[in-house]
Amino acid sequence: MSVFDPYAPSRDTTEGTVYSVTGGDWDALVQEIGSTKEERVVVNMGPQHPSTHGVLRLVLELEGETVTEARCGIGYLHTGIEKNMEYRSWTQGTTFVTRMDYLGPLFNETAYCLAVEKLLGITEDVPERANVIRVMMMELNRISSHMVALGTGALELGAISPMFFAFRERETVLDIFEMISGLRMNMAYVRPGGVQQDLPAGAIPKIRDAVKLMRKNFKDNTTLLVGNSIWMKRTQGIGYLDLAGCTTLGVTGPVLRSTGLPWDLRKVQPYSGYENYNFDVITADSCDVYGRFLIRMGELEQSLRIVEQALDKLEKLEGAPVMVADKKIAWPAQLALGGDGLGNSLDHIREIMGTSMESLIHHFKLVTEGFRVPAGQVYAAVESPRGELGAHVVSDGGTHPYRMHFREPSFNNLQATSAMSEGGMIADIIGAVASIDPVMGGVDR
Amino acid sequence: MFGARGTGDTSGYGGLVRSAASTGSSERPYGSYFDEVADDLERAYPLFSEAIERVVVDRGELTLHVKREKLVEVAMILRDSLKFEMCMGVSGIHYPTDSGRELHAVYPLLSITNNRRVRLEVSVPDADAHIPSVVEVWAGNNWHERETFDMFGIIFDGHPGLTRILMPDDWQGHPQRKDYALGGIPVEYKGATTPPPNERRSYK
Repeated sequence: MSVFDPYAPSRDTTEGTVYSVTGGDWDALVQEIGSTKEERVVVNMGPQHPSTHGVLRLVLELEGETVTEARCGIGYLHTGIEKNMEYRSWTQGTTFVTRMDYLGPLFNETAYCLAVEKLLGITEDVPERANVIRVMMMELNRISSHMVALGTGALELGAISPMFFAFRERETVLDIFEMISGLRMNMAYVRPGGVQQDLPAGAIPKIRDAVKLMRKNFKDNTTLLVGNSIWMKRTQGIGYLDLAGCTTLGVTGPVLRSTGLPWDLRKVQPYSGYENYNFDVITADSCDVYGRFLIRMGELEQSLRIVEQALDKLEKLEGAPVMVADKKIAWPAQLALGGDGLGNSLDHIREIMGTSMESLIHHFKLVTEGFRVPAGQVYAAVESPRGELGAHVVSDGGTHPYRMHFREPSFNNLQATSAMSEGGMIADIIGAVASIDPVMGGVDR
Repeated sequence: MFGARGTGDTSGYGGLVRSAASTGSSERPYGSYFDEVADDLERAYPLFSEAIERVVVDRGELTLHVKREKLVEVAMILRDSLKFEMCMGVSGIHYPTDSGRELHAVYPLLSITNNRRVRLEVSVPDADAHIPSVVEVWAGNNWHERETFDMFGIIFDGHPGLTRILMPDDWQGHPQRKDYALGGIPVEYKGATTPPPNERRSYK
């Protein structure tokens, strides 16, 4: 220890000298470290670091600037959602799951509701209009999620303008969500048996306008990044993971499709009526960060195509129900927007308070106790923006889940960080993690 | 109160007696591609009847209940001969009333080649909560097994580094077990607390 540096105090351990670098004079630090013979450096990156995509901690072992070992530390955002759901009714569960992967709330809700519907045996009874609304909302959500992936990914590699454009597009989508569900995020809009409420009047023309606007605006980011030589140098050949690596690590989503395999659950195992839409599965064969970027850009256009087809279907299904007909499962009231916010519709309140005691009892039982779900276990999966999002739901025949487990694509795919970045440069680990697009709320649940 | 049978609880927590896992086995034909999967596995694995305790087809999903000693063998054959290239993790379930088989581990498998899904289920007693790790078969199960260990205390033998993953390293207990004590919430009003969710509004 030559001089004491208040910004980089050091202490001797069995592993060698440990420096805590928190800022200050870099030259002084380098001088001090230079006096030791050790070349190997272990750097702790995160969990509070602007480039790790949330509270992700990376423990990097470096030889110079080369990463020899990369390990992830997770769990900083663990909120016990799975355990909490065991003490809430099946309907209340949507309020929890929507908060897991906070960039793809509608995917969480749909995976959960598909599983509950499978347990109830009502998959076929979900009205078509509800399915079309689910598909439309999920595809809009895919756009907003990919926009964050692209915007933050570019920002982390030093490109600031793409983020402005990406968040502008995301804002358009969130405005639509707000118009339909009342909330921009965590909307708990998809419910077992259908959706919470029908589209408000005038929604379809507004969404059509938004689609037109987004199709035009996407070009801003395309021209900024596609073919941009700096962007390509930072992303091509980086974060390499081939098909064998993907399958053994269970990696799905854009990372898997960047190996050239057109695996998309919307096509191969369709749910919610995805078989009735025309769209392409976008692939790349470069297995790298640039390929995954191109896939996300391509999927934006495909999502717009699906949204347009969904809007056409919705126009034909005007006035059709959005919740199963079974009164023992469906929420007893159609929700409506009143002067004091969203709540049970006034017609319904009038009926249960004024005319029908049976309706009041029914409403009370269903809302406080909830419906029962036959015992058994199911696994339902959807293609979230990050890959296969699976819900493993176990019921013991009660009014709340016996066990909930989510197979989160972020959680699983984050394991690939080591395979993607070991042997590469430290600067490239940022690009590799950004191309996985982990959402820590989903990773830790 | 009011002469209600049972708990009479309408709070949302029904105070239900937790039923044990079902023990029935499905009869052939299983339907869909499930017969083919079972036949292929029987052909590829001579010890099928010894290793597979039960075959359950429920709600369009096939579950193979595997003895834990044979889990890795069965997994290898499912991966290599039946082309279940991907394992979608492992999920634990705790059935405290299912004596001798309190802890279950469920592995959803996916075949990309044949576009099929199948589920493996292993059950072990709480007193001897050891299951062989399948990380050597599907490397991606590494974190999933760590999570199931963290949450249920199932020890996956042969795992390369079985440590806690979501809870802090020095945490006591395994939170998603049914016997894990839930905490109440102090509300700091005349010493009152909000009781844990499984004790609320019991109307006793």
